Amino acid sequence: MANAKEMKDVLFGPVFANNPIALQVLGVCSALAVTSSLKNALIMSIALTVVTAFSSLFISMIRNHIPSSVRIIVQMTIIASLVIVVDQVLQAVVYTTAKELSTFIGLIITNCIVMGRAEAYAMKSPPTMSFLDGIGNGLGYSVVLLTVGFVRELFGSGTLFGAEILPLVSDGGWYRPMGLLIMPFSSFFLVGIFIWILRTYKKDQVEAKA
Amino acid sequence: MEQYISLFVKAVFVENLALSFFLGMCTFLAVSKKVTTSLGLGVAVIFVLGVAVPVNNLVYYAVLAPGALEWLGFKEADLSFLRFLTFIGVIAALVQILEMALDKFFPALYNALGIFLPLITVNCAIFGAVSFMVERNLNFTESVVFGIGSGVGWALAIVLLAGIREKMKYADVPDGLRGLGITFITVGLMGFGFMSFSGISL
Repeated sequence: MANAKEMKDVLFGPVFANNPIALQVLGVCSALAVTSSLKNALIMSIALTVVTAFSSLFISMIRNHIPSSVRIIVQMTIIASLVIVVDQVLQAVVYTTAKELSTFIGLIITNCIVMGRAEAYAMKSPPTMSFLDGIGNGLGYSVVLLTVGFVRELFGSGTLFGAEILPLVSDGGWYRPMGLLIMPFSSFFLVGIFIWILRTYKKDQVEAKA
Repeated sequence: MEQYISLFVKAVFVENLALSFFLGMCTFLAVSKKVTTSLGLGVAVIFVLGVAVPVNNLVYYAVLAPGALEWLGFKEADLSFLRFLTFIGVIAALVQILEMALDKFFPALYNALGIFLPLITVNCAIFGAVSFMVERNLNFTESVVFGIGSGVGWALAIVLLAGIREKMKYADVPDGLRGLGITFITVGLMGFGFMSFSGISL
């Protein structure tokens, strides 16, 4: 059984030190599509964390029984089933939001974080550690998603979680929204800047000159 | 014939999977360091898309679509809720076959692609293109054209980005931004540029 320190490393390492989006380049697609409002970003983060944690757990449990030539299909089946479960739960609990997000929930299946961690970690590690690794990577993803969602919603439409923070000019207020931040590709600039700030503090992540 | 050409051009430029819909970004950012590697991956994606989209088109209309099972006597059957699971299964099987074939015949490319070959399965470009195919009710011929066209568009985008990144080696980028950070910003600017194609009506 792994000791407490190792478990802590696995759980919190991916948040900043080994962030899935900023360092491992995994799961970027959905990070760009769902971040136009903070609420969507939050639900997406929770859904992804749950799916990653449980898929890592289950794949790790049966890792010694999966023949390597069909491993991708086995992994995808587990992930797709979990995503269907999450989708059903969301529809039962928060119906309107689930309808709005249904396409993005479907895209969790193709989110590379889930598959990437299954392939790179869960196939080689015991279940408990894989479960923590899944949660940790989900948290790392959530940090980036929530940051980008926060900036885009606040400065792009002047709201947070749909509540007005900066009164818009069109509603008689003073704030003129930045139209650029509504565009999907603005999240590229924001993620780029996020990486820049992160690496200014974590010098060891700076890439060597080619 | 004309409609196929316009569908193809649309899939390559106007509705570029990578730069207009931001699908398949993980591989797009990670494997675009060198033009040769990205060209190899681009060809692999064209191949997978060119096969996966038509095959899923057949599966969808023969088995899953509402009323498709009428010939078996199930007039009311509507299995379209199973489409995510089915599509991903077909894609995963295709990628696995491709992996084995590459390992046997092109070991150099196989090693260069590394973990990103199995990740083609979860490349949202493939899954996204298949979903678009269903959404737009394409017939079989159109799905072949659309699959290959979107593959070409994706390959074009990754090769362009790799070209820019090869030149960027000579630029003096601030420390924290070097590598991934500046790549994100470059892709953002490319997306900006590709937006100009959206004005074209075909």
